[in-house]
Amino acid sequence: MDFKFETVDENFRSEIKDFVDAELPWNWREEDLDPEDAKDSILVREFKRKLGDQGWLTMAWPKEYGGQAASHMRQVVFNEEMAYRGISAGDAGIRMVGPILMLYGTDEQKEQFLPKIASAEINWSQGYSEPDSGSDLASLQTRAVEDGDDFVVSGSKIWNSAHADSDWMFMLVRTEPDAPKHRGISFVLTELEGQEGVTIEKIPMMWDAYRGLVTFDNVRVPKKNLVGEQNRGWYVGAALLDFERSGVDRPARAKRVLEDLVAFCKENKRNGRLLSEDPIIRNELADLAVQIETTRLMCYNVAWMQSQDLIPNKEASITKVYGTEMINRLYGLGVKIMGMYGQLDPDSKWAPLRGRIENAWLRSFGGMVAAGTSEIQRNVIAQRGLELPRG
Amino acid sequence: MDLGLNEAQQMLKTTAQDFLAAECPDTYVREMEGDERGYTPELWAKIAEQGWLGLIIPEQYGGVELEFQDLVVLLEEMGRYMLPGPFFSTVVLGGMSIMDAGNEEQKQEFLPRIAEGQIIMTLALTEPSARWDAAGVELTATQDGDSYTLSGTKLFVPNAHVSDYMVVAAKTGTGDEDISLFIVPTQSDGITQTLLKTIASDRQSEVAFDNVKVPASALLGSENNGWNTINKVMQWGAIGKCAEMSGGGQQVLDMTVDYAKQRTQFGRPIGSFQAIQHHCANMATDVEGSKFITYQAAWRLSEGLPAEREVAMAKAWVSDAYRRVCALGHQSHGAIGFTKEHNMQLYSRRAKASEIMFGDTDFHLASVADILGL
Repeated sequence: MDFKFETVDENFRSEIKDFVDAELPWNWREEDLDPEDAKDSILVREFKRKLGDQGWLTMAWPKEYGGQAASHMRQVVFNEEMAYRGISAGDAGIRMVGPILMLYGTDEQKEQFLPKIASAEINWSQGYSEPDSGSDLASLQTRAVEDGDDFVVSGSKIWNSAHADSDWMFMLVRTEPDAPKHRGISFVLTELEGQEGVTIEKIPMMWDAYRGLVTFDNVRVPKKNLVGEQNRGWYVGAALLDFERSGVDRPARAKRVLEDLVAFCKENKRNGRLLSEDPIIRNELADLAVQIETTRLMCYNVAWMQSQDLIPNKEASITKVYGTEMINRLYGLGVKIMGMYGQLDPDSKWAPLRGRIENAWLRSFGGMVAAGTSEIQRNVIAQRGLELPRG
Repeated sequence: MDLGLNEAQQMLKTTAQDFLAAECPDTYVREMEGDERGYTPELWAKIAEQGWLGLIIPEQYGGVELEFQDLVVLLEEMGRYMLPGPFFSTVVLGGMSIMDAGNEEQKQEFLPRIAEGQIIMTLALTEPSARWDAAGVELTATQDGDSYTLSGTKLFVPNAHVSDYMVVAAKTGTGDEDISLFIVPTQSDGITQTLLKTIASDRQSEVAFDNVKVPASALLGSENNGWNTINKVMQWGAIGKCAEMSGGGQQVLDMTVDYAKQRTQFGRPIGSFQAIQHHCANMATDVEGSKFITYQAAWRLSEGLPAEREVAMAKAWVSDAYRRVCALGHQSHGAIGFTKEHNMQLYSRRAKASEIMFGDTDFHLASVADILGL
């Protein structure tokens, strides 16, 4: 047992802090920005580029592709610090498309995309879910029919970020409808910008954001944009580079929120008494602090297992379920603590902490559904982790 | 960072599993529930032979001189196998008190005998107020020349009935924490004991002290400085309990998963139903969390780092988690799980007892709230 980070990693933590302190005000939070606002969106992109210049965004990439082959625990340090500072440094290009191209891409594809992915120049959206294919993703129906040098794609992809200034979509399409469902899928890259037959709609979420619904009506995608073998796309999409995948950003973000709530309780009174002196609120906040701590350790364990070449299957699902549900409880408690003020939207002058907590509580339901619902994750824990029989 | 067990710990764990599976099967646990002593001297002697009673006692006093985190690995397995008897009270409560506060003579006198299994010890801390803080200590020790006289009542003293010595916390001054510790032979004149009947069928006693005289040499540590040691023993005790609970939780999970695989209803194993799968997944999550939050605190205690925050968090989490694990274990087992014949109830009764020992969740959450600055 040894729960401390290597000195070099702790030094790296200080380096990140110094950099962010110099670049951004302490109170800066990406979640306070309006993703629909061009000015804010440029700010996010610019800051991301600066992180890219430091070589930090691609630190997990192999050296031959310009990365640093950083250790899992070093990645944990970076992801923790970014999340704690309210910065989402995750990028679908760097985390997903890049690694997939490294494993399955042609030389031409690598040359075309990798440098731009590394510098976060391409804004990717993910084309996996469809209106009728959510948890049962492999049932997807978006069709790609071969026609000369192209695929002709028809269907729709939902819950993506295509509406938000997105340049390309990496997507799963059905190329062989008669094969068993996992074996008729291909992985293709589709340019969205100025593409004929592509319609993008914005779906308003119950929190302050949108998700994209993209309809493809006979859209031509050059065959050179097929990644990996045709009809092997399910397995291409499942490829994982050796990124730390502990979800440690959740407890790190939660720690910051908890600090905000503690500060709020020390400054605000209800019924003539500071909230921080209310025994129930003290108990509830302390309970959340324990949940955050436990999540953090379970996440460390996932990354540590990866560093030992162990495969965290059940463990990764556990941190996903517990982490997202903990976040939901945390924001729910925050809203409750704020009492009548807890209901105010971010744009109200009366809204405490810029309405961040209210909005984040609404958004936190998304966490328990996206990237494998809590129910699917529990199935994974039970079936793969505990080897219970499939139903 | 290394979140796993080192080679020696892995070996200790395996040895403990093999030993306890053979020597402490559920039949033994059940037999001891109704036994007058609550353990057998035969098994006690075998445990001593394993070197476990002296696991963390320094070599110069006849121990193996391993660390607290190693003891935690062992306690996890003792929790899994529900080892009955005075191991915890002798090693963690009595032994560690002496290791912390004892002078050279006391260490020479007691530690080798603990390591060899010759004496059984316990800690007499709580009283009828059932408080875990210094204000709960009202039993007085009054100095009279070169002896002290102890008067008052201790309650919930573990294994007092079979103990040779008790470390007794007594009030020796007027200040809030003017507490001193004394090593008192249990057979001293003026001590009377009454066994309590408890949920976990462990052995706790009411111990009344009626003008019990001990020599000044019985003072453990300096006068009025006892709470300092009790604070540490509370931390070791809390994490020791967390380890037992963590091991017990793992066993309840394993039992439940096994049962879900073999129990058939509606023509299929109940483990194929999503409702049961999700119960098991939630149990696995609680067990996983229990392990790491316990290890983190154990590691800090071993390293001598400040651990107030980590200990409070661990005891708060594991106390609740083990109760949840047992509740889901019961639910998944159906009616058979709450029969006397089934082992589930052995675990859930112990879970409840451990939950309240060394401070329950609310007690520790109050500390966490203070540490958060609330």
